[in-house]
Amino acid sequence: MSEVAPKELRIVGFLCNWCSYGGADTAGVGRFKQPTDLRIIRVPCSGRVDPMFVVRALLTGADGVLVSGCHPRDCHYTDGNFYARRRLEMLKRLLPFMGIDDKRFHYTWVSASEGQKWQQVVTGFTNQVHALGPMHQK
Amino acid sequence: MSTQKLKEIIKQVLPDVETVICWQEGYDKLNVTPIFITSPEQVDQVVWNPLCAQNLASYLPSQKKKVAVAVKGCDSRTIVQYMQEGLIDRNNVVIIGIPCKGTVSKKKVQKAIGNEPVEEVTFTDDAIKVKTPSGEKTLALADVCPTKCTSCQFPTPIVYDQLTGDAIKSDKPPESVYADVVELEGKTLEERKAYFASQFDKCIRCYACRNACPMCVCQDSCIAETRDPHWITQRNSLDEKVMFHMIHALHLAGRCVECGECERVCPMEIPVAKLKKKINKEMKDLFDYTPGVNPEDKPPMYTFNVDEAKIKEHKL
Repeated sequence: MSEVAPKELRIVGFLCNWCSYGGADTAGVGRFKQPTDLRIIRVPCSGRVDPMFVVRALLTGADGVLVSGCHPRDCHYTDGNFYARRRLEMLKRLLPFMGIDDKRFHYTWVSASEGQKWQQVVTGFTNQVHALGPMHQK
Repeated sequence: MSTQKLKEIIKQVLPDVETVICWQEGYDKLNVTPIFITSPEQVDQVVWNPLCAQNLASYLPSQKKKVAVAVKGCDSRTIVQYMQEGLIDRNNVVIIGIPCKGTVSKKKVQKAIGNEPVEEVTFTDDAIKVKTPSGEKTLALADVCPTKCTSCQFPTPIVYDQLTGDAIKSDKPPESVYADVVELEGKTLEERKAYFASQFDKCIRCYACRNACPMCVCQDSCIAETRDPHWITQRNSLDEKVMFHMIHALHLAGRCVECGECERVCPMEIPVAKLKKKINKEMKDLFDYTPGVNPEDKPPMYTFNVDEAKIKEHKL
């Protein structure tokens, strides 16, 4: 294996408009250093994230998928993230069964004020995906 | 004996309903096909034997008027699930329950007799006798039954208005239902990936599994075929095939009643139900929920608890 620096991977992030997207913005405004592998897709609510978004992303080129929403009980729409939690947990348990490492998929809750936590989530998840390497052979 | 009782019940309920949905002999002795009975003369065509594998409950959501339907134990779970999801009005369905000791897989029989033309089929208590031009062959029912019958937990329908015989209790251990899933879970990630790749690669995307699935109620609006949203393309690649099966599995999350129709109709013999069984197993673990068992239950993906007892936050 060569000693060159690992190439950037493709990580897709589905962030809810009200909390996590704000949290990512807070992290940016606070000038926290973050890996640049993540590509953010803003969704109205984590309840909008169909588990098939994650599967489709993983099958068509993403090396990792991150879903983040408001903390449970803090959903802008009252109960969107409660549904999301059940769906994403189901997916988290199904992915390894069909041969996709569940470390490539992570879901978490980050509020708009948690810039620091957002930085930790992005860094931690990016490192985790880098440890697994690219999912698709080029 | 049971067939006679079935015919009597059909004659009895026919005046109150628009149609009675039951089974009749198909184009040869080994094939059974649905019959929609509207007049008493048709009742004589009705058959009941282990070849009656098709889940007739699938027809219920499309029926506008009051109908009666003959169901086995496994099929009755479909009706319970329809009731949970509000897809049928229980008052508009007369359920004729049939206690069933196990069905026969037509494909397995055909394989065993070398795909010869069938002249005569007779049944004994635990065997099927098939007469072909080259002679008669006796096959044990246990050897030619579909996999779902080897772990059947509900030989007697869960809901019914009339029962054609005495109720039977299951003699199979409850753990046996997910034995195949547990076996696969014991393998490594790479082995599972290779297994599903080899299975799904056979898929010809005929969508027979979706068409036969009683819980696939979108039918003509299925997102596997819509242009907008365009979820899967016509490209003949493994990824698109896997994606189709993921659509099927995820749309059935916590709803699959394990009737086995998808595997019965699959022309490529893909274990289509595996992913759904895995999800069901997790639903049992997470929410103590089994689809199609209690009409009062709510499917787990239709609801939530503010504090989920079994869902822990994942750490990086």
